[in-house]
Formats: sequence, structure tokens, C-alpha cells
Amino acid sequence: MNKRFDILVVGGGHAGCEAAAAAARMGASVALVSFAREQVGAMSCNPAMGGLGKGHLIREVDACDGLVARAADEAGIHYRMLNASKGAAVRGPRVQADRRLYKASIHRQLDGQPNLEIVEGEAAALRLDGRRITGLDLADGRTLEARAVILGTGTFLGAKLHFGRTSAAGGRIGEKAATILARQLRALGLPVARLKTGTPPRLDGRTIDWAALERQESDQGDWTLSPMTKRRPAPQLFCAITRTNRRSHDIIRANLKRSPLFAGDIGGVGPRYCPSIEDKVHRFGDRDGHQVFLEPEGLDDFAVYPNGISTSLPEDVQSAMVRSMAGLERVRILQPGYAVEYDHVDPRILEPTLAVRDLEGLYLAGQVNGTTGYEEAAAQGLVAGANAAAWVAGRAPIPFERDESYIGVMVDDLTLQGVTEPYRMLTARAEFRLRLRADNAEARLTPKAVASGLAGAERRAHFEARQARREALERHLACESSAAELRQAGIAVGDDGRRRPLSEWLRFPELTSAGLLSMDPSLAQFPRPILDEAVEDHRYAPYVQRQEAEVARLRSDSNVRISATIDYAAIAGLSLEMVERLNAARPATLGAAQRIRGLTPAALAAILIHSRRKAA
Amino acid sequence: MAGRPERARVTDTIFALSSGSPPAAVAIVRMSGPGADSALRALAGKLPEPRVATLADLRRQEERLDRALVLRFPGPHSATGEDVVELHLHGGRAVVAAVLEALASVAGLRPAEPGEFTRRAFENGRIDLAEAEGLADLLAAETQAQRRSALAMAGGALSRKVAAWRQRLLGLAAALEAAIDFSDEGEVGEAWPPNWADDVGALASEMSALLASPPAERLRDGLRVVIAGPPNAGKSSLINALAGRQVAIIASTPGTTRDLIEAPTALAGLPFILIDTAGLRESDDEVEAIGVERGRASLASADLVLWLGEPAEAPPGRDRTILVQPKCDLPGPAREAHVRVSALTGQGLEDLVGALAARAETLLPGESEVALNARQRKAVADALANLEEASAPDMLIAAEALRRVRVELDRAVGKAGVEEMLDMLFGRFCIGK
Repeated sequence: MNKRFDILVVGGGHAGCEAAAAAARMGASVALVSFAREQVGAMSCNPAMGGLGKGHLIREVDACDGLVARAADEAGIHYRMLNASKGAAVRGPRVQADRRLYKASIHRQLDGQPNLEIVEGEAAALRLDGRRITGLDLADGRTLEARAVILGTGTFLGAKLHFGRTSAAGGRIGEKAATILARQLRALGLPVARLKTGTPPRLDGRTIDWAALERQESDQGDWTLSPMTKRRPAPQLFCAITRTNRRSHDIIRANLKRSPLFAGDIGGVGPRYCPSIEDKVHRFGDRDGHQVFLEPEGLDDFAVYPNGISTSLPEDVQSAMVRSMAGLERVRILQPGYAVEYDHVDPRILEPTLAVRDLEGLYLAGQVNGTTGYEEAAAQGLVAGANAAAWVAGRAPIPFERDESYIGVMVDDLTLQGVTEPYRMLTARAEFRLRLRADNAEARLTPKAVASGLAGAERRAHFEARQARREALERHLACESSAAELRQAGIAVGDDGRRRPLSEWLRFPELTSAGLLSMDPSLAQFPRPILDEAVEDHRYAPYVQRQEAEVARLRSDSNVRISATIDYAAIAGLSLEMVERLNAARPATLGAAQRIRGLTPAALAAILIHSRRKAA
Repeated sequence: MAGRPERARVTDTIFALSSGSPPAAVAIVRMSGPGADSALRALAGKLPEPRVATLADLRRQEERLDRALVLRFPGPHSATGEDVVELHLHGGRAVVAAVLEALASVAGLRPAEPGEFTRRAFENGRIDLAEAEGLADLLAAETQAQRRSALAMAGGALSRKVAAWRQRLLGLAAALEAAIDFSDEGEVGEAWPPNWADDVGALASEMSALLASPPAERLRDGLRVVIAGPPNAGKSSLINALAGRQVAIIASTPGTTRDLIEAPTALAGLPFILIDTAGLRESDDEVEAIGVERGRASLASADLVLWLGEPAEAPPGRDRTILVQPKCDLPGPAREAHVRVSALTGQGLEDLVGALAARAETLLPGESEVALNARQRKAVADALANLEEASAPDMLIAAEALRRVRVELDRAVGKAGVEEMLDMLFGRFCIGK
């Protein structure tokens, strides 16, 4: 007999796990379908979570009660706050994780999640009734029924691995590709293109001369990715830094023709910001070296991940190249680096819920949408899982907006602009960056998560306690002080004779968290993260206020819906290029249409009126 | 989707001249949005009853701009569904320009985009589909026209200049964003980009230089030459003589000219608007008093002043004033003057035209020079104001300032976006682990 679920999630990577867990938290019955149970929750590339822009995504997923931040904390063996010297809006928490502990945590969280079952098997084909999803056929003949399917297939669709000039079908080393499903998606008329990504060789840590290298210690302090994590449970390890040099570059240059990238074997487009080492040497020939971070993969694992030298050169060249670097003279490669080419779907066919526009019940999340990175994948999993569950239950979609989250920025970028290279989050992509901080993710998103049912009881209780403390803190900050009083406490602000609340004095950079504590020692009762959040809120308040008008305009244009059946070609005055972009993205609102490149205000008004005329 | 349009939540207030282009008997300036009433209060000092035409003095700070008829239509029962205010002005260019300028300086107000009043009206359900049908065609034509004008501008000197600035701006933004988003990598580092203050300063001073150059409207509309002096000095005779036609009524009775008279005229191949004013004197006649007041206001916005009175009594602004001794055919003592003319005999008129042309050379933009219109000028001025914040010690504030500069420059000539900045960033820095 066929098994029935509300939602099927294909793929057990970061997108799939978050999607399945989010949907189950919302009350849907969910099956997570994966080639191998053992591979669910694997970190297939870099054993780290977070970073600049990416740390924001992780905290946001966590604020919606997601899995990844807590798993990374449980497995965290090296913490680093990037941009620590800059404003909190661009600080990026990053954690290196022990692969095994990470996977174990994900398994534990999934196993503890009611309504969620892991089904081992290969998803062979979508079951359809016309353009409506009814379930999934597995390769072994079993059938699963469901109203919605979320594809989180990562690099596995039509995947091809390249080791030097030799290539083989496969999505990850030692695992098969999802070729049948890839063919079906193309046959269904989904716009599919090729992208490329790569991974560096893994090194044997026992053959590295650590003493000869500059060490990078884990951050002092006790901050964690998730505020639900009470303390860092794992011992902290150090990383080391080495560099490529002229000799390494000479070796690479001499062997470029043996790289599939340069021999023309790879047609997919790779990312500009995560180039292979052969790309770096080729494009930036004037540099005499590139930094390489040596990151341990685990506590009882001697594998080391050399961050910065992703490559698809043949193994002998890789070996010569790594051995040309300081500290690596006698290093042994455990697993050579390789490039992966894979299918992705043009994300402009998606709604902001990540549902495919004209295939009812199909959702796409993660690398299949042309993104790169665990964090981007996890965030999309959350969006697709939550929205599929809402749809199945007949509830309104759960929107993520550009002005309230990096998740919203990413979904908007993907569904409106599409991708020309693997999409990675950057803080520069968020125009409202000053208000979207990693340290205020809870304040921004947890209320929404609570309202939609995404947040569990424990998270709700944590959040309510936190908000109560924050409100108490604000009462303290409302106390007025004079400049003289601040100067007495050693805070050298200018004196204009005015008394101000402490919250307003925080606009002056001279007043810091430490200064606050010396002004009002009773503030020490508040946990440091809450104090820091308040400091940053008040510090940037004038700039955030200035953006209000921009935000309000964005919101108001987002309230104006464009008919789904509008025929752009029939609107006089639109250029062919505009029509093409509008047709690919099918913006749901006037606000979205406005962000499509090249649209003039008059064109927008014409679209609006045409849309209304059709709707009436 | 429901046929009934949703009520949009618009928070900014737009304004535009909604009658034809001046000069005309009456010019109507319309505002729509939540700030319309407070803008009216700022200019008129009061808020009249809704839907009652009321006379009001419009002022910018102390300076009186016009005595106008003002009307309020509180939303939602208005043309756009929002709070609407109409100012019925005396339709001279100077008055309209001064009022539009005053409105632009009110916080929260901005000039309307083409079709924006109608769009708001439509969004708020104030016009029906039949009306919208006709409008769609208009907008289509507008879109075409915008595209054509954008194409025409693409080859223009302003576009080239702004494009060059934008390129530099994108470079600055890319360097800063690299320091923010890729500071964890050895390639970029945490520090400020080298020569930051100098590069930002150089860009800012080029923008100030452009803002200081003559505006494009002068070339299109003409230099405003105000003819002023005591009553019965011969101002109206002079304007008629210069214009070569009868534009003002002449009588020996002092105070004959009670309102501004504008005469667009080409002299020596250059465009001028000659403006005749009421003689400057205290008057008990209410109408004449208004004319005198308006004459003073127009002096404030004049490019050049032909002063027909005693040199010592000339209005402030020596460098824009040409001292004229009129009626030089009549006997009398010669006084200090740049030109002596007789409107009656034509004596000295050629010298006056020569003097006007010489001044015009310095005030009109040269053919190869970049000229900004009011909209572009506002965009560049806003860009400059933001750019000045880009030297803030906080990298985030600097980056936010540059983002806003980019938005402003995009408003001046067209769109760019984050992607262009990223192209620059990835092209210049070897980034990525």
C-alpha cells in the first residue's frame, strides 16, 4: 500500500533538513527522502557555518526555531566573530564544526521532531495529475503520496564530478547523482541551466608542520550561534594560516591545460567570489600569494580542510601545489579536490514562497535554485517548508520581506533577478543593512515565527523572557543624564549643556556598553547580548529612521498586487527586454516589479492599469 | 484577484505644476499625500476650511512669493483619495518657480513622477476603469517618450559626466564593501581603502562645481531680466522698446503697471524674459500694493536687474544690476549709469542690448557645458549632501551614505544597482576562500 504524507522533502542536506523540520513544526506530516539515512545532515564541503552575511542567515533561521545554529553550536570547535571591530550590523558569527557531532545533532533533532519520518530511497520521479503534484515514485518501485513535494537536491541533479580531465556522474564523492529526476524536470519545461562548484583536497593533519605556522585561536568569550545554546559544549581547537607562493602559482600555471575548467570540459558557470585556485592564479596573475586557512574537520578526525584552494586539477598537481606551501612540505592528501557541475532551475519561476508558479504543490530550495552555501540552503529550506505547510493547511503564505530579513533579501533577489552564477549572501545585498543585524534576528523574526506556528514552546518561552528583560533595560536607558555626569564616569562626550536619556547619549560613539555599565552599574543584571543589542539599536537609530520613508514606500508598493495572468507583451510602450524580464520573474506585486532592472515609473503605472483592467 | 483595488499605504507627498507651462493667467500647483496640509501651513501660515477657496499669502521664510487662492481637499474624498492641496498662483514663471522651489524644500515633499497623481488616484479607487483605459494609452506614450529621452540623454554631456561619477562611486563603494564583506580574507583586510578621504573629497568638489554652474532652465526659458525702479521711471516704455512690441500699457500716471508683465524676447540671439514690475512705492491702493510686493519678490529671483532709479537706491546684488538712466532724450543732469537710453528715440538701446548680451554670456551655460535642470539639480544636490557623510568614521555609515548617493545619481540619469557594485568588487579584488 502507498504511504501518505502531507509533504515530501527530497534531499537530506541543509535545505532538506530545515524544510522537513519547519513543515513538521507547523503540524504537517512529513517524509524526508534521502539516498542514505546516514548522509542526512552531512556537511559536504567546508565544515563551517556562518560568516559575513551568512551568519545573519543562520541567526534568522534560528530565530524561526530552525536546526542549523544549534547543531553547529553542539559541534563547534572554533568560534570567530568576523568584522568584530565594525558596527554590529556587519558582524558575522562563524563556527567551525566537528562533522560527526554536527550530523549527530541534526539526526537527534530530526528524530525528536514529531510528524517527521526519514524514508531511505532514491526519488525517481514526481507523480503528477496534470500540473498538480500528487506524490513521488521511488526508484525501487515504492510510491509516496503527498500534496506537496519540496526538492532540496543540492548539486545532485544531473551532477558530474571532475577530477582533472576525467569525469564521472555523481553529486558528492562516493554518491550517485539524481539523473532521472533531472530529466523529468527538463521534460516538464522547467528552465534548467548548469552551474559549477568545487572543493579543495583534504589534508592529513598529522603530516602538517603546525609549529611552523601562524595560529588562529578560537574567539574568547562565550557567544554562540543560537541563544538557546547555554554554553559551548565542545573543546576549542585552533586553526592555522599558510599562503600560496610564486612556486605554487608556477606549478598551477604549468598545468592549467590539465584543469577541466581551462580545457573546456566544464560548461557550468562558477562563482566569482569562491573561485578555484587555478582561477585566482589565472585572473589575478599579479598577486604573489593567496591566504589558505587550515581548518580541522573534527575532534577525533585528523582531516584538515585547506580553505582557499578549491581545485579540479589532477591529483599529482594538487599534491605538488600544496607541498609548495609553508608548513605543508610533507603533507599527505587524504581526498583530492574536485569540481562538480550540476543542474539548477532558474529561480524566477518561483513565488516568494519558493513554490513553482505553474506546478501546483512543487517547491524548490537550496542549490537547485542556483545558490551556494549551507546557510543560503538552510534559509530557503525554512521558507519552503513553512510555506508548503501553510499551503497544505489552507493557511496564508508566510512572507519574508527585504526590509526585515536577509532571508527576505535572498528570496526576493532569486525570484526577481534570477542568478548568473551561484548566489551567495553578502551584507552588501541588503539595502536596509543597518536594521538587519545578526544580533537582533530574534527581535526581527521570532514574533513572526511564533504567530505562524514555526516556533516551539521552548523558543516562545525563551523569547518572552528575553523581551521582558529588554523592556526592563529600556526603562533604565530612559533615565536622563548630563554630559558632566558622563564625563565624571570617564566618558568624554562634548558638553552642550543638555540632559539626555542614556538611549540618546548612545548616538555618540564615545558611549559604549562598558561606559553604560560604569554610568549605571545595575545594568550588569542584564545579559550581555541584550545589552549589546540595545546599544546598537540606539546607536544607529537616526540612520534607521532616515530609511523609514524608503521602507514605507517599499511596503506600500508591495501591497499593490499585479494580476497573475497579465500579458506583458500586450502592454504598449514596454521594450522587448522589459517584457522578457517581466515574463521570467512574473512579479506578484508592484513593489517587486519596481525592483526589476530597467523599469521606469511610467512603465510601472502602465503595468498596474493593464493588470487592473484585466482583473475587472 | 479581486477587481477592487487595495488601498495603498503611501507615506510621501508629491507635488507638481498641474496646469500648462507658464506664463499663463493662472498656474495650478497640486500636492497629494499626508504632508499636503502641513506643507500648506508652512507656506500660507494657516489651514483654510476644506473645499473653500481662500486667499492666502504664500511665503518662504519672510519672503512673500504670491498672494494665491488655496484649496484643501482632505482624503479620501479628493481626486487622488489622499489629502490634496491646490495652489492657484499668478501664472508668471518667476512665481511658479519660486513656489515649486519652496515646496521642494519642505521635508517629506518631492516632485511627482510622470503619471503619479493618476496612479495614486487609481490605486485609491478614485478613477474608474473607463478613465483608466484612456490613461493607459497616455502612459504608454509617456513610456515611449521617456525611453526616447533616456536614449537621447545617453549621448549627452550630463549622462557622460554622471556615468563617470557613478563609475568612481561604484569603485569607492566596491572598495568599502570589500572591506566589510571580505574582511576575513588576507586579500582585502579590515582597513579603510587607501586615499579614502581624498577620493571622496575629489568627487564631492566636482559635484559642487557642477551645482554652481548655470541651470538648464535659463537656456530653455531665458534669463530673467527684471526692469525695476520708482513709479513712472519709464520701465514699461523700456520693455516695449526692447521687446519690439506693445507688451505693457504706458501712461504718465504713476502706478499704471500693477502686476508683473513678462515678455519672452530674443536679444542678440540669446533668450531673455523681460519682466516689467510695478513701480516700487508705498501704496494705499490694495491692488497696487500687491503688485509692488510681487515686484519685490521677482527682484529676488531675477538673474539681471535693469535699475532705472537713483543708483544709491538700487536693490541689493550689485553684480547683477545694470544701472540705466532712462529718458536721456529729456534735459536733465547725467547720473552714474552703465547705459543711458531713450525708449522714445531708440538712443542707447543698442548699448543696452550689448550690455545684456555680455552679462548673459557668463550666466548662460555654454554649448559644450553640462547643464542641470531642476530635477537633476535636486538629485545631484542630495547626492552631494549624502556624499559628505561618506567620510564618517564608522564604515557602516559611510557605506550607507554611498548607497544613498548611488540612489540619488540613479534618479538623475537612470538605474544602477547592487549588482553593478558587485561586478566592480569581484573584478578588482581576488576574493573567496
